[in-house]
Amino acid sequence: MKLSGAEILIECLRKEGVKHVFGYPGGVVLNIFDVIYGQKDVELILTRHEQGATHAADGYARATGKPGVVLVTSGPGATNIVTGLATAYMDSIPMVAITGQVPTSLIGNDAFQEADIVGITRPCTKYNFLVKDVADLAKTIKEAFFIATTGRPGPVLIDIPKDVTVSKTEFHYPATVDIRSYKPTVKGHMYQIKQAAAAIAKAKRPVIVAGGGVITSGAADELKELAEATKVPVTLTMMGLGGFPGNHKLCLGMLGMHGTYYANMAVHNADLLVAIGMRFDDRVTGKVEGFAPHAKIVHIDIDPTSIRKNVRVDVPIVGDVKNVLKDLNKVIKEETQESWGAIRKAWLSQVEDWKAEHPMAYEQDDVIKPQFVVEKIWEITKGDAIIATEVGQNQMWAAQFFKFIKPRTWISSGGLGTMGYGFPAAIGAQLAYPDRLVFDVAGDGSIQMNIQELATAVLNNLPVKVAILNNCYLGMVRQWQELFFDKRYSSTCLVGTPDFVKVAEAYGAVGLRASKPSEVEPVIREAIKVRKPVFMDFVCDQTEKVYPMVPAGAAINEMLLRPKDEKPAKKRLKAVK
Amino acid sequence: MRHTIQVLVENKFGVLSRVSGLFSGRGYNIESISVGPTLDNQISQMTIVTSGDDQIIEQINKQLNKLIDVIKVTDFTEFEHVEREMALIKVSPKSEHRAEALRIVDIFRAVIVDSSPKTYTIQVTGDGKKIQAIVDLLKPLGIKEIVRTGKVAISREGKTAG
Ligand SMILES: Cc1ncc(C[n+]2csc(CCOP(=O)(O)OP(=O)(O)O)c2C)c(N)n1
Ligand SMILES: [Mg+2]
Repeated sequence: MKLSGAEILIECLRKEGVKHVFGYPGGVVLNIFDVIYGQKDVELILTRHEQGATHAADGYARATGKPGVVLVTSGPGATNIVTGLATAYMDSIPMVAITGQVPTSLIGNDAFQEADIVGITRPCTKYNFLVKDVADLAKTIKEAFFIATTGRPGPVLIDIPKDVTVSKTEFHYPATVDIRSYKPTVKGHMYQIKQAAAAIAKAKRPVIVAGGGVITSGAADELKELAEATKVPVTLTMMGLGGFPGNHKLCLGMLGMHGTYYANMAVHNADLLVAIGMRFDDRVTGKVEGFAPHAKIVHIDIDPTSIRKNVRVDVPIVGDVKNVLKDLNKVIKEETQESWGAIRKAWLSQVEDWKAEHPMAYEQDDVIKPQFVVEKIWEITKGDAIIATEVGQNQMWAAQFFKFIKPRTWISSGGLGTMGYGFPAAIGAQLAYPDRLVFDVAGDGSIQMNIQELATAVLNNLPVKVAILNNCYLGMVRQWQELFFDKRYSSTCLVGTPDFVKVAEAYGAVGLRASKPSEVEPVIREAIKVRKPVFMDFVCDQTEKVYPMVPAGAAINEMLLRPKDEKPAKKRLKAVK
Repeated sequence: MRHTIQVLVENKFGVLSRVSGLFSGRGYNIESISVGPTLDNQISQMTIVTSGDDQIIEQINKQLNKLIDVIKVTDFTEFEHVEREMALIKVSPKSEHRAEALRIVDIFRAVIVDSSPKTYTIQVTGDGKKIQAIVDLLKPLGIKEIVRTGKVAISREGKTAG
């Protein structure tokens, strides 16, 4: 039987096991939406902005490991997803975005709602397609899912002209894909793996630096086995949070610009770094010339371009992190006879000293400290929650003060740092796991960038808990202005912020407010109790800063630490209502 | 250092812009790029001349390989190979210099592919140095226009990358 392009698309999604598509309709995708209307397997979640759709699909993907799917119209619909694609691309998140396009006969004519979305998104997708013939559609969709989810994952875009959604052809979904020019290396080279094992056995001051690749490849157990067997402390990049238990005694927390003192000191003084599924982003390395100056570097990554891009590497291993760690653990078990406890004793005690010297801390006084809110969420949930974040100080405090235990519980825009990401991403995660607790730790600035998605959350009964750390400022930018621009607060005071409690109520969600420390815990408990989306407005200290901080251009051991003698900020700017 | 890199790609719409976008997006420099068909009509061949330190060249090779449509990348700099470029040079020598122009054509084993009462169009092939040399000699005689193909390269037999 012949099917239309629109029918083929939905049939393919069904075959890929896609249950939810995040999208927004428009002229050239009418035929596709019409097919969706007539069936039950693939549910379309209508967001209130296409950007929200992409972040929701991204959050869904991060929470589940399955590709998120987006469907939008041509022109403005398509350009509205660019930020979402770039966000997913930077963080290697599998996503398939389908855009409608003007009919093939009009392409290139500056037709109504035409945008060259394939051209626009070429640098922010892993791959993209323009399907000009319905006969190619099924194969293209198969390839798109394959490319998005294999190797180093990423977003793939399929642009489908309107006439292709209408034309009919015989439907055949290929069972397998073979792209001769795309063969990711998944198995690590055994010789290199043995070199890595030898380096670990020889090292006096080793540190494991684990990143998002551990989450992507599902290698948390293998990582734990490696660290425990060889007694090597583990620090995580922001993308790696949840890849190693935050409450483990070998865990040093996050490294880098806002990393812990002890993680940065350990990395700086290390004689061996075992870098696993991470890419030495500049937020991790600080000044590259001053990064881990004494360390030999073993680097395991599935993407060869990540290796030796920013830092020198002594033992490169290209492969899927899980496979490589399995092999590495085996080699270590069979071929090394070290008494690990004894050889690590001095190093681990040095690390403990650093922990004791500058633990992660803050001082709670009569104004709510944002860190206190994050810590309370941690205590109340015992870490059993999915935490999405916005971008800014809120994101860093969430990363620092919530101890992530399990993979895929941390959902945050790392590479692109996209404000407005967290709330729709939390909605996507909640849709994937209706019964789990999903928070969005938000800033008062960021939440306003996709606040319209409250409607999506309310209508779909997605009880996301948004904890707004309301400091009346674009706090992270304000922090830089305070420290490096002579307190000239140019455009960072958020005058005109709405009453978030009333906003929530206007959408049919629940709004709660905590204005003093004693109200924090009751508000969180109340929010958890109601089976509805909740905005919690935490009226926080406006001057609190994120520490440690590695200033721009400094090495990561040159941190600004929390000034202990700083008087708690008593004077507060009048809250803007 | 200057490198000549050959890239075999799927003969598909948009591949050239993926490759050139990679170079511009990452700030790598392209001295020349030439594209042509191969014996297999599904595969095109690109010859890219670029320059950079070892680390940049390693990244360029890896980044090219990472492109989904790229089948094979060969950095010719590591192998014995032959490089050629062609230039078409339109000169308009004064009448007393026309003979000199022909002499230069002879010396470089170039050919005249078009002539008019006022101009000669000279076709010359060779490596970059040879082309530069003929250009330098013809310049004083009056060059009206010059077009160059950019380099193409092929490995010497028995000394391929495999
Ligand atoms: C879309 C976007 N625009 C601008 C920025 C730059 N930026 C980074 S953090 C930040 C401030 C965020 O303010 P808020 O959401 O209130 O968080 P806070 O730092 O106060 O916790 C800004 C403007 C960004 N990351 N993303
Ligand atoms: Mg703020």
